[in-house]
Amino acid sequence: MKKNKQLENIVHGIFLICGLITVGCVLLITIYLVISGIPAILEIGLVPFLFGETWASTAAQPAYGILPFILTSIYGTAGAIVLGVPVGFMTAVYLSKIASAKVKSVMEAAISLLAGIPSVVYGLVGMLVLVPAIRKAFNIPDGASLFAAIIVLAIMILPSIIKVSMTALDAVPKEYEDGSLALGATPIETYFRVSVPAAKSGISAAVVLGVGRAIGEAMAVMMVSGNAPNMPGLFESVRFLTTAVASEMSYSSGLQQQALFSIALVLFLFIMLINATLNFFMKRSKEG
Amino acid sequence: MKKRIFCTFVASAMIAGMFAGCTGTPSETTAPVAGTDNTTPAVVAGTVTTDGSTSMEKVIGSLGEAFQELNKDVTVTYNPTGSSSGVKAVQEGRCDIGLASRGLKDAETESGLASTTLALDGIAIVVNPQNPVSDLDVETIAKIYTGEITNWKDVGGNDAEIVLIGREAGSGTRDGFESITDTKDSCKYRQELTSTGDVIATVSQNPAAIGYASLSAVKDNIKALTVGGVAPSEETVKDGSYVVQRPFILITKANEKLSDTAQAFFDYITSPEAAQIITAAGVVPVSE
Repeated sequence: MKKNKQLENIVHGIFLICGLITVGCVLLITIYLVISGIPAILEIGLVPFLFGETWASTAAQPAYGILPFILTSIYGTAGAIVLGVPVGFMTAVYLSKIASAKVKSVMEAAISLLAGIPSVVYGLVGMLVLVPAIRKAFNIPDGASLFAAIIVLAIMILPSIIKVSMTALDAVPKEYEDGSLALGATPIETYFRVSVPAAKSGISAAVVLGVGRAIGEAMAVMMVSGNAPNMPGLFESVRFLTTAVASEMSYSSGLQQQALFSIALVLFLFIMLINATLNFFMKRSKEG
Repeated sequence: MKKRIFCTFVASAMIAGMFAGCTGTPSETTAPVAGTDNTTPAVVAGTVTTDGSTSMEKVIGSLGEAFQELNKDVTVTYNPTGSSSGVKAVQEGRCDIGLASRGLKDAETESGLASTTLALDGIAIVVNPQNPVSDLDVETIAKIYTGEITNWKDVGGNDAEIVLIGREAGSGTRDGFESITDTKDSCKYRQELTSTGDVIATVSQNPAAIGYASLSAVKDNIKALTVGGVAPSEETVKDGSYVVQRPFILITKANEKLSDTAQAFFDYITSPEAAQIITAAGVVPVSE
């Protein structure tokens, strides 16, 4: 009996260690990012760093302004949300409330598959199909642009938006809908007037999750956005916060490298903000 | 149950052992081996330090690996700091062999440095196969990349805006291209891509694109331009008639002997034996 208890304790200990590994990693990354991100900001100055409009890290007169990257990340994410959320939301309503079991199972499998496609594949298809298509469709010299990145990101965030919204919609008690139907509302009226408001927090969480996925994506956008550090324009070649770090890291040194860490720190703060928002919505959805 | 726990412990002990193996101290610093003459030492041990050009990372990396394979007790280190820092490192005696991806300047030679050309790096200027332009001279290429010429019709091609494809800041190919064409910090890139493969894929997709890539990466899906009438190939790079090229040089002190280990490494990488490895790294070896 005593032996059994000892065993239990040991197993508990192992589980605790596993848990601590995760916490330790997060702490380590946070501390490392802050420590390595601060020096460059101090040297460049917070305002010139965050609001400088030119990035020329290897020029004879280097300039380290990341405003183009920040704006590009914000515009790109916003664009992906504008395109992706309506489609994702409608799909979720359809799958959760309207679709027959057969259609639902097929579509759900397809959505899971979409979620599992590696981002480099999105990037590759974007680069070889989407970018030339945009070039021809809009008759511009080059298709690699913010617009191409927005489309790729919109597709990439679809699975998370659909799945989280669906979970929220599925959790709406059937009695609410039955009540609405009994009062003479049509099914569509019921879904949009009763089910969706009841699942509001969950759907908001889905949107925030989409934002998080879009702002953190690097590989796919790097392959379709052109990567020139311009101020953002829909058909301009642009560089995101993520790609700014990824594209220059391998050769960087000195202040350039430190500045890249600072960009990563800014990105990290953005993601933390998004996570905090997500937690807020998740909590409300549990309570509500 | 008990057995499984035991297995867990064994496994974790093994993992711990693996980590312990990784943290071995780096091998002792340069220790000349007694009784060997410095032409072909039978056994060498110690460390060879190299410092300099980031473009030479691949070639020095693979040469170092091959040399360590042959001499188990030797460690070859490489510090990617840039050509000029490499020169300085030799002058100040901070490394055995300096690396530069440009010829030595007169002042540098006068300060008592000797250079040995290890290899030649040819950079191909590539366009889409549909582009009727097949020859440009270096001046025109520079004008195109600095934005002075923006339409293909000005250089004998179709009426289409030229799309400039380049590499990310810090890339060795970009550094080489910009120093040869004298366009440092003034290139108006439409796209800054992070790999040779991306440049080639993009150029092969866009009929109005121009890009540059390592000579060894040129395939059928793109067209390499002749520069001043000379087609890029291993022969034209070697005899110097293809001008978009630069030397990879090894820098040593003219009047000081290398340590036995460093000398052995130096002899090895300049030997015909190493030529194959140099070719595999994408550059043209000089030794026959």
